[in-house]
Amino acid sequence: MSAFQQVIKANETAILSGWLSEMATSTRRTDLMGDTEIRQQATELLRLFTEASQTSSDVQSAAFASTKEFLKDVAKSRMDQGFTPAETALFVLSMKQPVFNALRDAMKSNPSELVTEIWAAGNLLDKLSMLTVTNAIGFRELTIQRQQEEMLELSTPVVKLWDGILALPLIGTLDSARTQVVMESLLTAIVDTNSQVAIIDITGVPTVDTLVAQHLIKTITAARLMGADCYLSGIRPAIAQTIVHLGIDLTDIQTKAKLSDAFALALQRSGKTVVSTKGSAPKPKEL
Amino acid sequence: MALKRETYRIDVSNDVVRVRQVARSWAAELKFSLVDQTKFVTATSELARNTLEHGGGGTMTAEIVENGTKKGIRLIFDDQGPGIANIELALRDGYTSAGGMGLGLSGSKRLVNEFEINSEPGRGTTVTIIRWK
Ligand SMILES: Nc1ncnc2c1ncn2[C@@H]1O[C@H](COP(=O)(O)OP(=O)(O)O)[C@@H](O)[C@H]1O
Ligand SMILES: [Mg+2]
Repeated sequence: MSAFQQVIKANETAILSGWLSEMATSTRRTDLMGDTEIRQQATELLRLFTEASQTSSDVQSAAFASTKEFLKDVAKSRMDQGFTPAETALFVLSMKQPVFNALRDAMKSNPSELVTEIWAAGNLLDKLSMLTVTNAIGFRELTIQRQQEEMLELSTPVVKLWDGILALPLIGTLDSARTQVVMESLLTAIVDTNSQVAIIDITGVPTVDTLVAQHLIKTITAARLMGADCYLSGIRPAIAQTIVHLGIDLTDIQTKAKLSDAFALALQRSGKTVVSTKGSAPKPKEL
Repeated sequence: MALKRETYRIDVSNDVVRVRQVARSWAAELKFSLVDQTKFVTATSELARNTLEHGGGGTMTAEIVENGTKKGIRLIFDDQGPGIANIELALRDGYTSAGGMGLGLSGSKRLVNEFEINSEPGRGTTVTIIRWK
């Protein structure tokens, strides 16, 4: 009587060192993970696996709960460390070789039993590695989703174009809670820099609906109450037409097609002009 | 008859962004002009937000529809929220019950080719729009 469970239990130390050297040659990523950590993970997984397989050979059974829980943590930490899902699965799969070696040594005299047990042990390890891949991909999807959400958020700095002239170039969708924050940061900057003009540029905003318009109008009204002029620039033709159809009235707001036009207006209103220091522009060369 | 149909949940603010992206990519797929894409996406944004804010969440079903040789996109916004007691009033420019601009329903009606509201107080609201290519 020498089922693979008993063989594994009897050869835990040998399997562990075989597994570690297997990983060292084929699957190790020294750039991503240190020796100590990998040894700890391998030791723990082998211990859990050996223990669970004594009572069951079904990965869905309660006996494997802590093994699966551990593999979930492994998948998560490896995804965080930058391993691919395949590399993460290899961690489990590379246990096969030393396990098979131990089985071969223990069942030399009985080839048909050897085949049966190799198949059983291999099957179990395959299922665990599939589970690891599924976990790894799940974590990756969560990461992607989180990054997408972050990209949808605005990260928009208030920039000072000139003494007394601020610009807020908005980029991205404008309906999250961040919009409020960004608009407030413009108002704060107006006070802090004692600016007379603020330009909100919406060239990078894909959709202007009534909620966005309401945010813009509120901010512009608040800026006015604080004694600053506020211009709106970067309204693309398609957006201008859409705004008209929606019925939004922007006639009270100073709008300009481009940020540069709004800046020129701001300079003019604050009594500044731009002059060329090189005299007249160079004449084109005659052929 | 729908050539293609998908349903999306609208439960959180980000879902509004997502269904807007769906509207944009379907409109681009049917080769809507840039102006028509923008109008369609903006109407989507208004109605999806109403589903979320006034209807307490719901779904958007998108369909590609055909009428003879014409193709278009039909969007159905559906919720089981409080419903609209006075549809005529809700469709009036500037009417809002919640501190909005009150231009979402009336404005999006002007941005599409076909517009229909069905609502029953206490039962929910369904708004259906079509924009033809
Ligand atoms: N899905 C809905 N469920 C319940 N009420 C709605 C729904 N959509 C619109 N309404 C009602 O119609 C009004 C007008 O909607 P809308 O024109 O989009 O303006 P706003 O959203 O700015 O209030 C809303 O204030 C609300 O009372
Ligand atoms: Mg609305």
